[in-house]
Amino acid sequence: MAMIKISHDKCTLCGTCIKECPFDAIEIKDDKLYINENCTLCGLCVKVCPEGALEKEEKAAPRTDLNHYRGIWFFAESREGKLTPVAFEMLSGALKLKESLGEEVSGVVIGSGTEGFAAELGSRGADKVYIIDDESLAHFQEEAYALAMAGLIEKYLPSIVIAGATMMGRAFIPSVAAMVRTGLTADCTGIDIDPGTRLLLQTRPTFGGNLMARIVCRNHRPQMSTIRPKIFDEAPVSRDSKAEVVNEPFDPSAVKNRVEFCGRQKVENMVDLQESEVIVSGGRGMKEPKNFALIKELADALGGAVGASRAAVDAGWMPYPHQVGQTGKTVKPKIYIACGISGAIQHLAGMQTSDNIIAINKDPEAPIFRVANLGIVGDVFEILPALTRKIKEKNS
Amino acid sequence: MNIIVCVKQVPDTFEVKIDPETKRIVREGVESVINPYDNYAIEEAVRIRERFGGKVTAISMGPPQAEKALREAVAMGVDDTLLLTDREFAGSDTLATSYILSCGIRKLKDFDVIVCGRETLDGSTGQVGPEIAYHLGIPYITYVSKVIDISAGSIHCVRLMEDHYEEVRTKTPVLITVIKEINQPRIPSLKGMLKAKKAVVSMCRCCEMDGEKCNYGQEGSPTRVVDVWTEQMQKDGKKFEGEPEDLAGILFNELKNLGVV
Repeated sequence: MAMIKISHDKCTLCGTCIKECPFDAIEIKDDKLYINENCTLCGLCVKVCPEGALEKEEKAAPRTDLNHYRGIWFFAESREGKLTPVAFEMLSGALKLKESLGEEVSGVVIGSGTEGFAAELGSRGADKVYIIDDESLAHFQEEAYALAMAGLIEKYLPSIVIAGATMMGRAFIPSVAAMVRTGLTADCTGIDIDPGTRLLLQTRPTFGGNLMARIVCRNHRPQMSTIRPKIFDEAPVSRDSKAEVVNEPFDPSAVKNRVEFCGRQKVENMVDLQESEVIVSGGRGMKEPKNFALIKELADALGGAVGASRAAVDAGWMPYPHQVGQTGKTVKPKIYIACGISGAIQHLAGMQTSDNIIAINKDPEAPIFRVANLGIVGDVFEILPALTRKIKEKNS
Repeated sequence: MNIIVCVKQVPDTFEVKIDPETKRIVREGVESVINPYDNYAIEEAVRIRERFGGKVTAISMGPPQAEKALREAVAMGVDDTLLLTDREFAGSDTLATSYILSCGIRKLKDFDVIVCGRETLDGSTGQVGPEIAYHLGIPYITYVSKVIDISAGSIHCVRLMEDHYEEVRTKTPVLITVIKEINQPRIPSLKGMLKAKKAVVSMCRCCEMDGEKCNYGQEGSPTRVVDVWTEQMQKDGKKFEGEPEDLAGILFNELKNLGVV
């Protein structure tokens, strides 16, 4: 974080900087130069000032001594006043790192109406919980959440910060990393500690899942990653003990780029695919939109969610939020059942890390069978109803 | 209205090869395409111009060959282009890339809306858009599925969250990242393709920008790739054929074994 410093004794109020500023951030107030909240620290004014009256002041944080940074933090994501499963998954990931690193595990809660969160995180193993509870944080907005998190990081200097690679996490965590000027590895599928260097080893798929990369952040702190949901099991309730609670205030006026929430549109039957243990997906082989009813019935019988291939979404049979694959969602459920999906590489990229893949397809040569643990060569229109009936009989 | 769209040229993921020594991707001989998500961003930028007037500039960072991607953007209706290309930029991670792009965008001076794809095909981080917004000190909205209105210094749009959509409003200049749902990218017209052929792609080197060199390339990148490998995804599990009823039975037993029925 930095600021533009004005030497008022040198400034002649010539107005050069005011004209040059691309953001209308400089004005004259009470016969004095004043830099308003539009300033983005681009430094152009410093360059154009004929008097050398402006200076960009970099508040250089002591980045050299990395030993000041200690502790493993996870973002405890909440929605509508409840902690999400991914919050407990991240806690579980943080606890795994603690085994190797021996440093304290702390959760970060940002929102409004967070009573009970700290106790819940504590009972599942968190040593400490930082809470920023403010009415202005009731609805998610990128900059406000990022400022809250970055402020905590700069105050308490954790060595590692992890967050779920959910839409919320991937929306605001990049800003946090940029604010504290550190590295961030997106959408990891594995994290570990290098026993020699004690660095965080971050593993992530890249190139549509065709390649795996291991990434480290050597000279900057904290080391930050977003981690794909369902990589870790939720940390179970394990003890009676409580987490130490640190309440931090939040100043809403610090948010310059407010994003105003105007309303939400609930989508019927829309489930969070990334949180689902079972996904039943349909593709081009379902032939008609009404046949997705067969997929839905099986998904309901299994307590799972409905997914779709790009072909089915482009044909308008299912809405986009259900799309699995390269231009849709990347999922990793316990069981993925692909029905009438041939298995184009773009689809495989979104589901091939699922724990168990079952494929039903008429074409024995369909590429989907190559990634399937169990392949069924046959007609989905006959097999799906028979399977759903068997499950319903068992359940009743 | 001045609209900027960020574009990346990416290798086609079908044929990825890795140099075992350097762990870098071998780009020679691999066909390059516009990042598929960026097509939605280009289309939306052009639509914003069609609705509200103004000019669209496509910006990219990459090797000189990336000018091909910018030409394709012109064919889709982009008015102007800028390619940031310099050896100093090599090895940039998302923090350095976003810094470099923000310096390039500053060179273009006035802008009202920056449109980015939601992520790239190769890196899939989705981090560069939000980080550009941070460097420019402007608001941003991710996963936009619909732009309702841009007027009087504010933007009103719909964004996708995990299980619902939200309507949000913020001030301009703004950066948005868009998802596939937002539009259907147009096929370039003959006129567009002719225009693309004739277009002059402006190149901008590191020395022409106001940024600080220490924030470029490897030096400006906190993260390092230390290992790359291919994962054997092929499982080739058991495959069954037969009567539907029997096949349903096999499936039922499998689901029972997996503990979901």
